[in-house]
Amino acid sequence: MTSSGKTTKKINLNVDVHHLTRVEGHGNIKVHVTDGKLTEARWDVVETPRFFEVMLKGKHYTTAGILTARICGICSIGHCLASVRATENAFGITIPETAAKLRLLAKHGETLQSHTLHLFFLAAPDFLGLTSAIPLKDLNPEVFGVAARLKGLANRLCDVVAGRTTHPVSIQVGGMAKMPDQYALQELKAQCERAVDDLAATVEFFRTLEIPDFQRETEFVSLKGERDYPFIGGRLLSTDGVERPESDYRAMTNEYVTESNTSKWCKLSRESLAVGALARLNNNYHRLHPKARAAAVQFDLAPVCYNPFMNNIAQLVECVHVVHDSMRIIDELVDLREPETMAPVSPRAGQGIAAVEAPRGILYHDYEYNDQGRIVRANCVIPTTQNNANIHYDMAALVKQFAVDGMTDEKLELLCSMLVRAYDPCISCSVH
Amino acid sequence: MKHLNIEQKRPRIAVFDFTGCEGCQLQLANKEETLGAFLDAIEVVRFREVSSAEGDDYEVALIDGAISRADEVERLKAIRGQAKMLVAMGSCACFGGVNKLKNAYDLDEANREVYGDCPKETMPTMAVKDVVPVDLEVPGCPVSKDEMERVVQHLVWDLPLPSYAYPVCLECKQRYTVCRFDLGELCLGPITRAGCGAPCPAGGLGCWGCRGPAESPNYDEFFALAKEKGFTEDEIKDRLGFFGGFEDVP
Repeated sequence: MTSSGKTTKKINLNVDVHHLTRVEGHGNIKVHVTDGKLTEARWDVVETPRFFEVMLKGKHYTTAGILTARICGICSIGHCLASVRATENAFGITIPETAAKLRLLAKHGETLQSHTLHLFFLAAPDFLGLTSAIPLKDLNPEVFGVAARLKGLANRLCDVVAGRTTHPVSIQVGGMAKMPDQYALQELKAQCERAVDDLAATVEFFRTLEIPDFQRETEFVSLKGERDYPFIGGRLLSTDGVERPESDYRAMTNEYVTESNTSKWCKLSRESLAVGALARLNNNYHRLHPKARAAAVQFDLAPVCYNPFMNNIAQLVECVHVVHDSMRIIDELVDLREPETMAPVSPRAGQGIAAVEAPRGILYHDYEYNDQGRIVRANCVIPTTQNNANIHYDMAALVKQFAVDGMTDEKLELLCSMLVRAYDPCISCSVH
Repeated sequence: MKHLNIEQKRPRIAVFDFTGCEGCQLQLANKEETLGAFLDAIEVVRFREVSSAEGDDYEVALIDGAISRADEVERLKAIRGQAKMLVAMGSCACFGGVNKLKNAYDLDEANREVYGDCPKETMPTMAVKDVVPVDLEVPGCPVSKDEMERVVQHLVWDLPLPSYAYPVCLECKQRYTVCRFDLGELCLGPITRAGCGAPCPAGGLGCWGCRGPAESPNYDEFFALAKEKGFTEDEIKDRLGFFGGFEDVP
């Protein structure tokens, strides 16, 4: 010990995680601290590429949404929506209002499904010292019940509105192929009402978890809500003040290839950017449902929040938002009589671009069509593709802050893993 | 462990993911009303997407995804060496799935188009059975949780495995779904293996054949019907090739 009381002991730390668990897809973490100095901190995506953009070439417009839903097993509705909207924008189609409402309701179902899966099954075990959420079934049956009921409601929403939970069938170019049964909608509304208590219990539960105190100034990118909290289409906005139309997505993403990653990386005004629930909330806090804002207040979560671990809480806040907003949409839907859900479709040559807020952040599909309604060129920019560089640079800052006396390899591995999980990465999606 | 005085096994199960969207393994966490009982009946030894437990003493391996890189071939062979029973779960594992569509393109060109001058390792997509012997195939995109429950019931109580000889058409009739052909759409329901509950035709989409062929499908009649309804050979071929389950069609 020196006279100032500070330690002079040199710290050595090593973290080497091959195929991180409790995330979708395959990624590796490597951290080395030698003699108190950070020598390496890496987040590398090693997922096998599937070449969706190539597979889309030559495909008919009726196939694109079905194919691209398969990019992701968690956010297939987001992909399908981005796909059919890109096609509709290329063909100059405006979908009926009822279809737009149904699409938002399906989107809410997916957001709730993905967020509850992440919050309870992927993120929470770290905070509780568990390897998975499975033991919660016996250790804390109340919380396990809350998780199962909320996820059940989410899946039911997707089933009723989109025809299936994973890989939707009713979301098609022109609108929605099916108007859900009125009784099923009424029952969903009742289920949403019952979920309000479960959401309150979730807020209580997450208030007992200790969120790591870490901040790194970041540029957050999301859709810009004009009247409502945004999910489907609109202008693009960053917390550094960049604003662009949907069609100018390339200027917001600037994808590039790196040696060690099968996922591309993105940047905007800084060396990296972040998308997802925290980005949406940072850009659109005042458009949240009042009940969701009240939940945010309980965690002192207000814009601009630079703690990536708070993305967990932002997801929880969005769960509250989508359940309350779903009740509003269902009320509007059950008042409709003989509603039209499909617009006529006639293919034409041209380009179509669409942005959708998938659970993990803003997602873009961009297609160019020939006059036969077949794709000649496609580009998809995935939320986790936009987050991967930011996770990588966060990791170095996190290690620098926490590589102090008393830190162990095990504790640092947990912290770095928790950082990656906080972004809820959808890795196979990011490689596609 | 005894239940209703019947000795029940508690199979040690591991879930592994390869090339795909990981949507099939996600189905295992669905059907929330029976999720607790489902998890009680099995011992999850390894399941990377939802657990950090990394046990190697599994008896049953559920494989999610297709095989499209050399390291995946090696990983799969090691799993086959350990597992007493290996289950191909979902259309990617059973047939290669939509991932197989890339095989129609030049892979060097595909690499250049996506990654420019920094190509990534890849190879033509294969089904699991192209690499190692498979004990049980459960197709579907995604797989049905009901069917996976029945696989578990087989492992725990020796109940018979689900077997669907009949096509999807029958399940449409059971739920009073209007025939997609009658609505002017192409549908692979007459030749595709049932067991999904026919959610696609009910949701407004003709069947795309994700579960592969039913037992002794009548292809001649199907082609005659599809052509009579005005669909071209290319349209039918495109549809049959989508999930990779109909490669043996004459």
